[in-house]
Amino acid sequence: MNDHGTAVTPAAPVDLAVSDEVVIRIVDMDKWYGQFHVLKSIDLQVRRGERIVVCGPSGSGKSTLIRCINRLEEHQSGSINVDGIELTSDLKNIDAIRREVGMVFQHFNLFPHLTVLENCTLAPIWVKKMPKKEAEEVAMQYLERVRIPEQANKFPGQLSGGQQQRVAIARSLCMNPKIMLFDEPTSALDPEMIKEVLDVMIELAHEGMTMVCVTHEMGFAKTVANRVIFMDEGQIIEENAPEPFFNNPQSERTQLFLSQILAH
Amino acid sequence: MAANALPRSGTVHAGDLPDKPAPIATEGPIAWLRDNLFSSIGNTVLTLLGLALVLLVVPPVIGWSITSANWTGGAEACRANPTAACWPFITARWEQFVYGFYPSGQRWRANIVLWTLLAGIVLLAFERTPGRRWIAAFMLLVFPIASFVLLYGGFFGLRVVDTARWGGFMLTLVIALSGIVASLPLGIVLALGRRSEMPVVRLACTLFIEFWRGIPLVAVLFMASVMFPLFLPPDVSFDQLLRAVIGVALFASAYMAEVVRGGLQAIPKGQYEGAMALGLPYWRMMRLIVLPQALKIVIPGIVNTFIGLFKDTTLVLIIGLLDLLGIVQSSINDPNWSIQSVPYTGYAFVALVFWVCCYAMARYSRYIEAKLHTGHAR
Repeated sequence: MNDHGTAVTPAAPVDLAVSDEVVIRIVDMDKWYGQFHVLKSIDLQVRRGERIVVCGPSGSGKSTLIRCINRLEEHQSGSINVDGIELTSDLKNIDAIRREVGMVFQHFNLFPHLTVLENCTLAPIWVKKMPKKEAEEVAMQYLERVRIPEQANKFPGQLSGGQQQRVAIARSLCMNPKIMLFDEPTSALDPEMIKEVLDVMIELAHEGMTMVCVTHEMGFAKTVANRVIFMDEGQIIEENAPEPFFNNPQSERTQLFLSQILAH
Repeated sequence: MAANALPRSGTVHAGDLPDKPAPIATEGPIAWLRDNLFSSIGNTVLTLLGLALVLLVVPPVIGWSITSANWTGGAEACRANPTAACWPFITARWEQFVYGFYPSGQRWRANIVLWTLLAGIVLLAFERTPGRRWIAAFMLLVFPIASFVLLYGGFFGLRVVDTARWGGFMLTLVIALSGIVASLPLGIVLALGRRSEMPVVRLACTLFIEFWRGIPLVAVLFMASVMFPLFLPPDVSFDQLLRAVIGVALFASAYMAEVVRGGLQAIPKGQYEGAMALGLPYWRMMRLIVLPQALKIVIPGIVNTFIGLFKDTTLVLIIGLLDLLGIVQSSINDPNWSIQSVPYTGYAFVALVFWVCCYAMARYSRYIEAKLHTGHAR
């Protein structure tokens, strides 16, 4: 594991909610954009119930990494195994994994031509073949959990950014995923809306959801994460439990990054 | 110097400022006139010039077509007053303009088709029509085939009416509506194909689109009418009208494909990713997420293509099909009606019919656009 010179530290202390079962196993994975080597020999294991925060400077490949997990990006070598399903170009496997893995995006990616409720019921109805009535009930449950049931019949364009992002989280949860991926979920939000989204994410963490979050919210990382992963130039530079990660970073690049991000 | 005037501590404004009424000079007809017509010397000159032009053109047109026009009587009345429109020519030839040479005893068949079409369009235009979805499905899937069967005959003891006898406005509608109904789905498939990741599909669609866009419609019609039969065995005949309709539909679908492609390109990548991350397979993602948004964006372009197609149907005249323009054109040459004003009246009538149809399409598209507007997209 240390063959690319990183300061990898022992695994995080086992939290009670975390089982030993590995749900995401990435082994020696590489990815290129043309000639550009964006991800270099990535090894990562995520256990059920674990909350992982991925951070690093922009362009470090952290978004690309989590987008490989549900095949929004294709990797070129190595292997990714999600909940026992090997990620290959086999469409059946890709569909199966996408049903298990929810994703929340920086720009929400809600469907503007559908109401909030329709956004939430779309995938259960068309992918899971759930009856419309049942799908609407499930959707209302999740909209209540993200505290916007009263917006169900509005269109996304009529909501604030924070509300839209909470709808996006509810939409993912409606598929009852085993794993949630968050790709900078608060980066496009106004400061006063970040908290409402983070609160929902923290609740989700307390319920034992397996989460992989790319985020710059270090407060969130400290309170929720089991492990923090620092990436730079396509490599995992350092991974550690939040407490030692923030208080005693091993690598120079991590120290520099943390000093920049925590300076203000 | 200004710095000295600033208060030393921060200030707080308590309470809300009341709304004041807008200054009177910005409202009312006088203000409107001043802002829009006489805001500068240049604009005043343009306004006066425009007014002069309107006074010069509009009264003669109204006089020719309405006030001093011949409304009653026959050819004799028109001959007596040849400097104004001769509307009796239109009433006398009305049936031919609508049905062409469709046998007079069988015209009820065309009437059923035309009235069903009108009823369908009206019912679909109102949002609260019960079973709107079914009516739409009927109009798009059943109606075209049923209409053809009814018009052509040969079933249930109906006399066969050869397509060579179809004509007039009925023929215009047959060609235009077949073209419209066929070109939209075909155009969508071609647009998706042109953006496909499979090189063979992409190449095939691109070649198809560029081929049909690269040749004039007149050439397409000539090819359909003259060249196409050369490639068929001599005893196989292929209906002339059908060939023209297929030519028009393929031609229009190439344009439609490019319009739809424009819409597809306007859909952010995030919409695809959002749909894919939820596990929607390709065709469902296209049907439920991408196409509804893409088509909404390009409604003006789609209707533009429809209107162009509708007017281009007049070109079938050159391969011997008598559509509305064709039949009016040939009626003008009738020696009984060889009056100076008859050709003008005929063309004015054709222009009016086309304008009404095209303007109706334009208004309907605006209505749909307004209805589908769902707030600002993020």
